[in-house]
Amino acid sequence: MIVIRCPYCNEQRTEEELSYGGEANIVRAIEPDTLSDTEWTDYLFMRNNPKGLLQEQWCCAAGCGQWFKIERHTVTHEITEVIRFDQQFSCKKDS
Amino acid sequence: MTWKDYSLGSLLRGAAGGNRHWRQAWRSPEPKSHYDVVIIGGGGHGLATAYYLAKTYGITNVALIEKGWIGGGNTGRNTTNVRSDYMFPESAAVYDLALSLYEGLARDINFNIMLSQRGWLTLIHNQHQMEAAQHKANWLACNGVDGEIIDVHSVQRMLPLLNTGPGARYPVLGAFLQKRGGTIRHDAVAWGFARAADRLGVDIVQNCEVLGFEQSGGRITSVTTSRGRIGCRKIGVAVAGHSSMIADMAGFRLPVTSRCLQAMVSEPIKPILDHVVISPGTGVYINQTQKGELVMGGVLDLYQSYGQRGTFPTIEKVVTSAVEMFPAFAQARLMRHWAGIVDIVPDSSPIIGQTPVANMFINCGWGTGGFKAIPAGGMLLAHSLAKEAPHPLAEKFGLDRFRSNRLVDEGAAAGIAH
Repeated sequence: MIVIRCPYCNEQRTEEELSYGGEANIVRAIEPDTLSDTEWTDYLFMRNNPKGLLQEQWCCAAGCGQWFKIERHTVTHEITEVIRFDQQFSCKKDS
Repeated sequence: MTWKDYSLGSLLRGAAGGNRHWRQAWRSPEPKSHYDVVIIGGGGHGLATAYYLAKTYGITNVALIEKGWIGGGNTGRNTTNVRSDYMFPESAAVYDLALSLYEGLARDINFNIMLSQRGWLTLIHNQHQMEAAQHKANWLACNGVDGEIIDVHSVQRMLPLLNTGPGARYPVLGAFLQKRGGTIRHDAVAWGFARAADRLGVDIVQNCEVLGFEQSGGRITSVTTSRGRIGCRKIGVAVAGHSSMIADMAGFRLPVTSRCLQAMVSEPIKPILDHVVISPGTGVYINQTQKGELVMGGVLDLYQSYGQRGTFPTIEKVVTSAVEMFPAFAQARLMRHWAGIVDIVPDSSPIIGQTPVANMFINCGWGTGGFKAIPAGGMLLAHSLAKEAPHPLAEKFGLDRFRSNRLVDEGAAAGIAH
């Protein structure tokens, strides 16, 4: 069971009260017309899928409704960091 | 036929001789320093690839390497269901090839896979689903795949314990039935393919984890493993939920996310359910094994995970849904639960064929439906490896379809929410 304290409303939420938004930090190109097909494919479809630490986004769906980011281990589900959307992860992982 | 074949004759001969002539079903060789083909992944798809590579394409200088043990991943963790009621012609061709191969497999590999074509029912709960089912039935007819819609009275005859009464949470209007669908003994598929591939000369190397690749000029020249360096001319990958890790080592990305798909069984009870049934309302599918256990599965965990274990929210959802559908099941106790790591792609269709590395070919992306596709997945990857070109049935399923935006969206046929 994944339990995360929402950094906005500061309530503990279980995985059933949250919804998942996948990998964090995927940036839409400011000028998409300049992207090659390969870059566009990478943006749309290719995903980081590590067996280990993953930076991802979750929504406090049954609570305050805010999106936030966490860093989580995909095997142990240990959460190493929870940040608001306008914050940066403290240590820069590959993902 | 030799005395090593499994048959009534060899069984009687064994019984008469004190059963001393049985041998290990496959060898456990030390890996050689070089092979024509190295296949990574000792699940059903990898083993089937090795078998068809040797049998159909005559390539026998092959090593199959497996991190754990044969069939210990998703092949041993699924709910054993098989069917081929997929909608688009290109998918129907692949899944129906798989079912057709399964139908002849026991004879082909001399191993009883216990195929039980007991009928696969998708319940229809409302008018919208009825229309969708009719749409699907028409597609299947065009694709030459069997499938029909039956009314609620037929459903009641087939599933007498199913709650179709006025108090049912999801009313039942009928069902979509594929009679050729059913179940297979999943371990037997792994063991049967392993034994058959081994007898054709394939080296099956267990407890052999891939640690990295040595590349030269855009080609992989050798695989670094926990049991040493293994040189290879070509390499096949069939590792389902762990595909991204192999891709990462080889230096390319995949449109795959790994998710946890859970299943569970009750204690064994007398036969009370002789078909496979899925309810789109509850998202739960149930069948009863030959041993008598009720096997149940539900939706996949909707976050990326490599945790091969069940979680309580899903167990609760599946069990309450099963009891809602079959109130009598409330008397049974849950015995075990587990999970496998499935490889989810955006269009819920497999990826088969060439990777960005010139001599590496992949078979992944089957998501929640890999078991039913094993013989086809193996045959198509074997073709890619042998011919270095896609099999005609695999042409639509290349990794390049994401770049050319020609997705084959089978999200609906997957049966459960993705």
